[in-house]
Amino acid sequence: MAHARTTQPVLTAQKAGLLGCRICGRANPGAAQSCSRCGAALHRPGGLQAVMAWLLAGLVVYIPANTYPMLRTKMLGEETDSTILGGAIDLAHHGSWGVAGIVFVASILIPIAKFITIGYLALAVHRRWPMRGRLRFHLYEAVEFIGRWSMIDVFVVAILVALVQFNLAATIAPGIAAVSFALSVIFTMLAAQAFDPRLIWQSADTDTE
Amino acid sequence: MTEKQNEAARQDDTGALSDLIVCPSCDALYKVAEVPTGGRARCGRCGHSLMAPRENAMARIVMLAATSLVLMTAALFFPFIEITAGGITRRTSVLDAALTFSQSLSLPLALAVAAFIIVLPVLRLLAIVYALAPMSLGWYAPRHARTALRLAEEAKPWAMAEIFILGVAVALVKIAGLAHVGLGAAFWALALLVLVNILNDNFMCRLTLWRTLEQRSRS
Repeated sequence: MAHARTTQPVLTAQKAGLLGCRICGRANPGAAQSCSRCGAALHRPGGLQAVMAWLLAGLVVYIPANTYPMLRTKMLGEETDSTILGGAIDLAHHGSWGVAGIVFVASILIPIAKFITIGYLALAVHRRWPMRGRLRFHLYEAVEFIGRWSMIDVFVVAILVALVQFNLAATIAPGIAAVSFALSVIFTMLAAQAFDPRLIWQSADTDTE
Repeated sequence: MTEKQNEAARQDDTGALSDLIVCPSCDALYKVAEVPTGGRARCGRCGHSLMAPRENAMARIVMLAATSLVLMTAALFFPFIEITAGGITRRTSVLDAALTFSQSLSLPLALAVAAFIIVLPVLRLLAIVYALAPMSLGWYAPRHARTALRLAEEAKPWAMAEIFILGVAVALVKIAGLAHVGLGAAFWALALLVLVNILNDNFMCRLTLWRTLEQRSRS
């Protein structure tokens, strides 16, 4: 029955000639530029260009984030660089499986899953692939919710650098990857925000009509 | 005229559109219904929570936000981690961690980290208190309350204090082999802050809040 409900045609604000505010839920006249309740700029559910642009930007900076060192550790004159993946593997070698898992999931699994999911959503909307149930919407919700957690590795670097700075035995400096990884997370968050979830439902509506 | 009649008259002024509610995530259009306090109305299509009136919601949100502000102050200035190696103890506060990047190549990163873990969370809380505190006392909404609340809403995904906490935990494990590490007062303040924020987010039904704000604004 749950599926039957989702395929029923639903009266949307757009069909009623109105424009819904995505911040406060106010119905505005179709020609309005900003919401009369909260003042937010109103957007018609529109293109995917911004989504793709941010996604590509995120993908581009994700490459140096993985190939360049995230952390440069200098210990007793010996300098070692570690990349994101290397850091997770090191942790696993030391037996901290749980933390290695967190780092691996937050900095490798989540970003890659995010690229794939946003790409899939944009493509599905663009090509009007038929929709089964609420799967796409749940994917979108998951990406919106989980995306920010990738930032954890950047914070770890900041904390480590702050802690070890004045200790003479070891120094830790951030590598280029720290910057590019932070940028990658920011860009993909912007891509997820630029994606209008109403488009997911719009393609479902046209299916049933 | 009684308070209720007043309110009804004001709604008539703004037209029938304010009796409608649009689901922010799927654009479904609904007529606003009376939802009992403690209940919750969800969108029939996508399940987004549309209305969830709570008793004293306004006062509780303001209280929780004020609590967060106090905890945030503690979290900022007390050390959150201390490390002992070779007889030297070093304490680090959140401010130190945010500013550490500024000494190296990545000044923009320093600014971003400071914004994510300090500036945005604090500004959000201030904006919420400013916009809602007068209304929780039964007064009208202050000037620019709508802008303040909207900015707080838009800044939400970028306020990352809770992610920073998990970062501290990971950093602790990474460094455990090098030195003796302990947690400072600020860590517990931050952990508490995360709990309070989760409570607050559950309490704050966005659309209900906006409707209340609109009804209490002087137009």
